[in-house]
Amino acid sequence: MVITRKIEFSASHVCRAPELSDEENRRIFGPAANPHGHGHNYLLEVSVEGSPDAVTGMVLDLKELKEILNREVVALYDHRFLNYEVPPFDRVNPTAENVAREIWRRLEPHLSGAGRKLRKVRLYETADLCVDYWGEGPCSA
Amino acid sequence: MFRVTRRYHFAASHRLHSEVLSEAENWRVYGKCNNPYGHGHNYVLHVSALGLADKVAGHAVNVPLLDGLVEREILKHLDHRNLNADVDWFGQEVPTTENLGLAICRRLKRKWREAFADDWPRLDRVCIEETPRNIFEIDAGEIE
Repeated sequence: MVITRKIEFSASHVCRAPELSDEENRRIFGPAANPHGHGHNYLLEVSVEGSPDAVTGMVLDLKELKEILNREVVALYDHRFLNYEVPPFDRVNPTAENVAREIWRRLEPHLSGAGRKLRKVRLYETADLCVDYWGEGPCSA
Repeated sequence: MFRVTRRYHFAASHRLHSEVLSEAENWRVYGKCNNPYGHGHNYVLHVSALGLADKVAGHAVNVPLLDGLVEREILKHLDHRNLNADVDWFGQEVPTTENLGLAICRRLKRKWREAFADDWPRLDRVCIEETPRNIFEIDAGEIE
């Protein structure tokens, strides 16, 4: 069984690869390369796989999941400029892919184990663009 | 590996009517969708690609390239068109949203290399919402 919790955070970023010239960054990222940044209302969906506990009937206490998401993501990312205020995005380009992978890395130790497994994170940058990440393996979700 | 999904919109009309069925059978099968003058939908199209994060750029899919491909090959041909009269993708097939989704998926697969010359990203799936309550998903690996 897979359970999913959604949370939101608002943050600004600029998509810029330091190895590339200004012109190349503008060509690849378009308006997202604007050096002063721009923002999104990010929506994060976190999916955990497991079986309901025989006593509690829960895969994972959703209050606990909410606390983990607030502590590991919202408290750090919400109302921040990712490139300037939230490592590792001072050196890792905060594309939706890299933000999703970093969130996975932060959450995975807290959500996998005890018969449970972090199955997938889905990060919406806008309602028209989202990224799924399920770890380094091939597509499994 | 990442899956990147982009959402697009187009408005189009269609009529569900099979030439191999009688008028009565068409009405029985398709009901109000068989109305001779057709009817329209605000279709929502989701296009998903699987990719690896580029070491330098940090993204798995260059979204402006995907947008260009979908605009050129799909939206330009469908938006504000009548699928029966204006779009020649269906031959004798009825432009149900199943057949529309298959046609979109085949077309994107065929033209994919024009936008993405490398091994990655790859087209993964196409999902089309005819209305918010009628949704059709196609795995690109399952069609030619």
